[in-house]
Order: sequence, then C-alpha cells, then structure tokens
Amino acid sequence: MKFGVVVFPGSNCDRDMQDALQNDLNQEVIMLWHKEKDLTMFTTDDCIVLPGGFSYGDYLRCGAIARFSPMMQSVIDFANKGGKVLGVCNGFQVLCEAHLLPGVLLRNANQQFISKNIYIKGVGSPDQALKIPIAHGEGRYYADANVLDELEANNQVIYRYCDETGAVIPSANPNGATRNIAGIRNANGNVFGMMPHPERATSDALGNVDGRIILNSLLMNAKTGAARSAAAVANA
Amino acid sequence: MEISVKTAQQLRLTPEEFELIKQKLGRTPNFNELCAFSGMWSEHCSYKNSIKWLKTLPRDGKRMLVKAGEENAGLMDIGDGYGVVFKIESHNHPSAIEPFQGAATGVGGIHRDIFTMGARPVASLNSLRFGHLKDAKTQHLLSGVVHGIGHYGNCFGVPTVGGEIYFEGRYHTNPLVNAMSVGIVKSGETISATAAGVGNPVFFVGSATGKDGIGGASFASADITSDSVQELPAVQVGDPFQEKKLLEACLEVIQTGAVVGMQDMGAAGIICSTAEMSAKGGVGMRIDLDKVPTRQANMKTWELLLSESQERMLMVVEKGKEEAVQKVFEKWDLPCSNIGEVTNDGLLRFYMHGELEAELPAEELVLGGGAPQYTREYKEPAYMEKIKAFDPAAIKVPADLKAVAEELVTVPNIANKRWIYVQYDSMVGAGNASTNQPSDAAIVIGKPTGKGLALTTDCNSRYVFADPYKGAMIAVAEAARNIVCSGGEPLGVTNCLNFGNPYDPEVYYQFVHAIQGMGEACRKFDTPVTGGNVSFYNQNPDGAVYPTPTIGMVGLLDSVNDKMTMYFKEAGDVIFLVGKSRADINSSEYLHKVNGVEHSPAPHFDIEEEFTLQQKVTELIKAKAIESAHDTSEGGLFITLLESGFHKNLGVDVKADDSSIRKDAYWFGEAQSRVVVSVKPAKVAAFRKLMGDHPFAELGTVTNGAINIDGANWGPTITWKEKYDTAIENLLAGTESEQALSAL
Repeated sequence: MKFGVVVFPGSNCDRDMQDALQNDLNQEVIMLWHKEKDLTMFTTDDCIVLPGGFSYGDYLRCGAIARFSPMMQSVIDFANKGGKVLGVCNGFQVLCEAHLLPGVLLRNANQQFISKNIYIKGVGSPDQALKIPIAHGEGRYYADANVLDELEANNQVIYRYCDETGAVIPSANPNGATRNIAGIRNANGNVFGMMPHPERATSDALGNVDGRIILNSLLMNAKTGAARSAAAVANA
Repeated sequence: MEISVKTAQQLRLTPEEFELIKQKLGRTPNFNELCAFSGMWSEHCSYKNSIKWLKTLPRDGKRMLVKAGEENAGLMDIGDGYGVVFKIESHNHPSAIEPFQGAATGVGGIHRDIFTMGARPVASLNSLRFGHLKDAKTQHLLSGVVHGIGHYGNCFGVPTVGGEIYFEGRYHTNPLVNAMSVGIVKSGETISATAAGVGNPVFFVGSATGKDGIGGASFASADITSDSVQELPAVQVGDPFQEKKLLEACLEVIQTGAVVGMQDMGAAGIICSTAEMSAKGGVGMRIDLDKVPTRQANMKTWELLLSESQERMLMVVEKGKEEAVQKVFEKWDLPCSNIGEVTNDGLLRFYMHGELEAELPAEELVLGGGAPQYTREYKEPAYMEKIKAFDPAAIKVPADLKAVAEELVTVPNIANKRWIYVQYDSMVGAGNASTNQPSDAAIVIGKPTGKGLALTTDCNSRYVFADPYKGAMIAVAEAARNIVCSGGEPLGVTNCLNFGNPYDPEVYYQFVHAIQGMGEACRKFDTPVTGGNVSFYNQNPDGAVYPTPTIGMVGLLDSVNDKMTMYFKEAGDVIFLVGKSRADINSSEYLHKVNGVEHSPAPHFDIEEEFTLQQKVTELIKAKAIESAHDTSEGGLFITLLESGFHKNLGVDVKADDSSIRKDAYWFGEAQSRVVVSVKPAKVAAFRKLMGDHPFAELGTVTNGAINIDGANWGPTITWKEKYDTAIENLLAGTESEQALSAL
C-alpha cells in the first residue's frame, strides 16, 4: 500500500508524517497539494493522511476552511468509495468538519493549548497504555449522547485517554473529551481520526516508538475498507 | 511642515543628532527623511551606545561561516555540508504593554531572521523575566506572554524546546521577553541580506503593510513610564499563518536560483531593510512606495517607511527571473510586488505616485556607516557598597534544613515550569530528543542530518547584579556546562543584552563590565559571539531591571544518540559530586528568597576551575563512565539531587562529604562548577581512576524513592515532586481569572 499526505497551507506536521511513514515504517509516500484534485494514483487499499497543523490558520474554526479545498473534495470521494483516510489532530478536525466523522472538537477544558505525552489505549493495544504526544488547543471531542452511544455500540471509538496503567479515568483525560475519547472511526471502518500524534513517536532517536503500533495496526494490518464495511453492516 | 530641532526631539533624536543629519545631507531633511533617521538611528537599530563595547567580544572562530553581526543571524559549520543558524532577540517593550502580541511578534521576528538566510528553523527557546508571581499584574503579563509565544510558535510549527524564567521584583514594570530561533541550512544555499546588480528588481513579499508598529524601534529605545500605554500603536500584530506560508515560499523561491539577496522587515520596516541591504552592497534603490500592498487606504510616506507590520520580506531578484519568483508566491497565496530596482549611486529614493518623497544616502543611515557611535560614562553603582558589606556569618544555619528545602522547592525560580511549557508545542518536527529523555540542554535532531544540536539559554541576573563581570562569565559558563553535561561540544553564542538606561552611568557600568566578563568567558570556552541584540531602557521611574545579559548557546553532538541525560537510572547507582563543595551562600535562592537578603556577592566562580570541570565531564561521558550528569544551579546541591531523581521517581541516600562546611551552604549554596553524576557500581573503580586528581566526592546512592539526607529520612520523592510540580500552578490558581476559567 502507499500513502498520500495532504499539505494544506498551515499544515505543520506533514513533513513529520512523511518522515515517520517513509523512514521509520518503510512506506511509499506521495505529498498532495491542497489545490490539486488528482488521487488517481491511489486505490482503496491505499491511505490518505490529513496531517496536523493549523490549516488555513485555523481561521473561522479549526478545519472549517480546509474542508472546502479542492483536494478535500477528492478525499471525500475517496473515503466514500472505501479508501482509507486518517486524520491526526488538525486532520481529525478537518474530517469532522467534512462530516466524514461525527462530532466536533471543542476548545480544551482548561482553555489552554496542551503539549505533552499522554497515554491512550485501543486498536493495536487494547489493554496496555501507549505513550503518545498531544499538541492541541481544540481537542475536546464532543458529540451528543445518541451519537456517542452509537459509536460505542459499533466499536467506533478507536482510542481513549487512560493513565500509565491503562485505567480510563477522568484524571487521565487531558482536554475534557467526552468519555475520554481520543480517536474514532466511521461506521464503515475506513476513516479514522485521532487527536494524539503517532507520527511523533516512531523514531528510536526520540526514545518512544509506541506510535508505530498505532500506524501499523490501524492502517497497515487492518482489513480492507470493503471487508470492514461488510462487517459493520452485519453488526447493524 | 517646518522641520526644526523640536521635530527631531519629538522623534527621539537629540539636537546634536539633528545637526549631524543636516551636515550629512547638506540640507534640512523633510519630515519623511527625518522619520527615516529617527528609526535608523534609534538605539534599537543603530546600537549607538553599545557597538564600541560589542566589538570587544570574540567574534571569530573556525566554524563561523559568516562574520559576527554581518547577517541577520549567526551561521556556523556543523559538518557534512550543513550549517546551524541561530539568534536571540528581545521584545521587551511591546510585551510590557501588550504581552500577547508583544511576545508573539517577538517569536515571529526571530524566526524570520533565521529563514531569511535560507535556513529552516528547527527549534526555538526563550528567556523570560517577570515580577513577583503573586502579583496580579505579573500574572496578567505572564499569561499573555506565554499565550503569545505559544500562539505564534505552535501555529508556525517550530517546537519550543527550552528556555528559562525568573521572577524578581526588579522586573515588575519591565518584563523581559527574549526569543531564540535555531535553524539548519545546507552549505551553498544561504542567502545574504545584500542588494547587488544595478537594474535588478526589488520585490516586496509577504503580508500587506498596515499602520501597526510605527515607531516601534524608537519606542523600544525609551524607558517605560505610565504614558507608555499611549504607544500601543507602536506594538506590532502578528499572524503566524502568514509567516508559515512565507517560510515555505521563501525556502522554495531560493531553490529557483533567482534570489540575489533577502532581508526580513523587522524594526523600522522598509527603511531599515532597504538601507541595510543597499549599504551592504554599496548600491542604492529606487522604490515606488505606492506599489507596496497596504491594508488600509491613504498611508503616508513616513508611515510606509516605518511600519513594522509583520511577516514581510524585501528581496532583490535577478533581472529576467521575476516570473519564477512570482509563481512561487502565487502558489502560496502571498502578495508579491515589484516595488523598485537597484541603482548605482548609493541613494535610496522613495517615490509616491511618481513624486520623490525622500532621498537618503543608504550608508549614512546604518550602523557601521553614518549612524552615530557614542562612548558613555560609567561609574561603580552605589549599591556595590552594600554587596561588599554582606557578612554570611550574620545568617544563622537553620536548625530545620528540611523545612528550608521544602520552601525552596516551591520558589517559582526553582519549581517546575510545566504550567508554562505545556502551552508550547515542544514536539512538532519530531526532532526533540529531550522530551522522553531529558538533558541539561535541549537536544534536537538537526534534520536532515543525524547530528544533535544541544541548545540552552542561561543567565542568572542576580549574580550579574552582584558582580557584572563575574555574573556574565557565569552565564556563559553555565550555558557551556549545560551543553557539556548533555554530551555536546559548545560551538557559539548569541547574546541578548537587557539593561536599563545607558545614559545612567551606574547602568552603563553594569553593561561594560558584563561585556568584559562575557568576552573573557567566551574566549576561554572558544564560543564566539555570532550576533545578538541589545535592549537598553529596561527601566522605569523606580529604577532599572537586573542587568540581564542572556546567553543563547548552541552545541553539537556528532550523533544525537551520543547524548547524556540528567536523570538517575536505577536504584543502587552511586552518586558522585564532580567539583568541590564550598562554604558559600552568596546570591543563592536560599539567601535571597528564604532569608530575604537582597545584597550579597556573586557565588564562587573561577574560570580555570570551570574549564577543567567541563573537560573532565566530557571525558567521563566519552568514556561511558557515567549514567547521568546534572549541574548544580539555583537551589544548590539538594535541588540538583532531587531533580535528578524526579524523571524516574527515584530518591537519594546521601551524606555531606565535608562536615567543615556550613550545612545550608553545603545543600543550598550555589557555588559554581559542580556536577552531580551517577555511576553503575561495577564502574565505580574505573570512574575513580578517570577522575584522577580532579576534585570529587562520593555522596551516596540512588534509592527506589526515599530521600535520606545526612541519615535523616526526608520522605518520599513523590511528595517532593508533587510540591515541585504544582508550586507555580497553585500560585496562579488563586487568581480570579483562573477561577473563572476553571469554572467553565
């Protein structure tokens, strides 16, 4: 499989994502400019990544303008055809704004930007906590109770904030996210969004490679979008 | 409008300077021209009261790729065809009246100095000073400054990897906000801030020009008074999103090969960039100011010349290659206008709709050219008598040392600064190797090389106040020590010299002596001063700030994997003090904060002793003899031991090795040139052998989390850590605004 990383004006984790995928995980990466539209070099087995940063300066609302960029129209089509899409941090915000994922990301509960290592568990590590950096001002996941219940019933919550031992408790929640939600996927299982930055934890030189578990299990080892889609329908 | 000496004075020029201008022009300047001189001859741009002394600093070294002060930032060779570009700069005055924008634009400005040379910024640091943290005004300033630094740096996408902050009453009205940026550039891809090639077009790129920041350079060249808030329009407004686009566009446009020279627009805006680029190239420029993109209608000539609107660059482009340049800026949706051309007569001619509005010889405006240079008088400050009179015997050794330690660990100068640094993205770029494995200096991967950059900012300004010469030497020594303890080799220095009013002989004494001390230390450590910034007038009617010559130092590790960390690894490891314990409480946090003594000498420091210590530590690290290295600084040996244990919740079982030294000095004194190291029991013999006759002492062992001092149980590490981690937060939580926010 190969990866496409979208570069919006104001993206600032695009190069980090490229580095992580290319150099630490040996994947083929193509950088995609926001003004372009062409995704014909990708099949639905491939993955488009929306990186972190401040697309369009986060003006209006995080991700609100990026949603309308030419490339995003192609990404939305790609996702609807079952292609894999991952949004990290600002990318997660864009996916919510584009309605590829339900819910919104609100200002952190403490009203401040937070950059630090936190712990999450979920796909690829259901029991053990993974240490992953966060860096965001608007990362408090919110959706109404019906949506949340549905997400949980469909196993769509892919990561929750937990403490070092793996306990999902309020004190381990850095931003006030509802039900400690750090990341979700869509009902079809081909679109993923998460606030923590796995691409900042894939290099031995940084002393933390927990991010590899996330990228590997979420993207590389996952069943294809089509298979997931069928499973989701069966569950329903 | 009639131009008189009064007009000049209103523009903060002296009558003598007005005469000099008339003499240089051979006529009376018009208002636009006088404004140009006001900006260019301001202290901020001209260094008129400092340059004579700055020239005494060591400015050469084998790794230096550009001469000190010649370009926007220092550039040093790191091998393998790459260079490191770095500089520190102050944004004190704007931050004093508008902390958020003041700090944000300080960050933006320093990054532009780095990428205007063709380098990609990879790390930023800062050095901050505020008044007492309990004070509501300080809390307002702190929160605004931290928010501003975070806002700009986080969006721009460069990690804030290190810094320092002190809270002292002397900074109540005059906070200091110094920002440092570090970038990496490929040899041969650097761009000079020089105009060349008669007939080459001059491009204005980046954000449109507005009326913000007009007179910023001259505002920064005056004391802060109760009227300073009237100068709010002199504060610039930043947009990190524009700057991020400008960064990418500038680095991309350099690849086209069309760029002859480039300089960012900082202090004194267009006039400064046109004058400096022209003077350096020995050329002139014809500029059509009406072609400058503006944010508002009907901007006047002098406003356009002096505006300090952010995120703008001046670029001289090779004639015939305009299209390639325009294409890049179009791609990034940034304004890019051809506003003039390079001329051969050394004159800057500014036109508005075809009318000549100002005509100035570039050379006469700039530092090193016609700008005045002054020699100021200085005399020993009167307070030095009080310092000399201090007698440590008057301070009784406290019976309850543990109680003192508990107080010290919560002093804001010592306590954990996480409330601040958590608001900065410290990991973007995926190159900060210190997040998970901290060292005394921040270690950043110099991408795309695998080399490690060891970065630090240091200055204990109370030491400088007590003894400007020795205090400045200590600032350099501590920076070098932090780099050495991290496994790096100190390369070079950028300095930010924050002082009071240079026309006050006692302030100027501090300045002169600090420069002399800094020079001696930089020569000793072979770390040339590659550039920096002088900020005078950090003064108000109550007096000046502590003299604060902040040192930003860059060190190099051949591989980032060679780094040494500052934390204990395992219980049972043996703890040694490398260096000598001394009966010295001078200028310590213990003496100043716990005992309330304002005047005492600087702590013990001997430059030869320091140099030998650093060589020894380097030898220990290279021989892989030690597991950790952490230098003693504020709070003394006890705090150093505590901090070494925090990362892995380990403790210490230690005893003072010399009972003749008073206990408060032993545990809390701040005598320099000491490093705490830990050694695997199996390597102790080899360690002792390596130490030879260098002074050192065995203190005890690392424990699983118990703190035992001189045989007394001082409780578990986690209790100390809790106090240390939450001290600043608890102080801030008491305020109204915090309560209001947490209620949301």
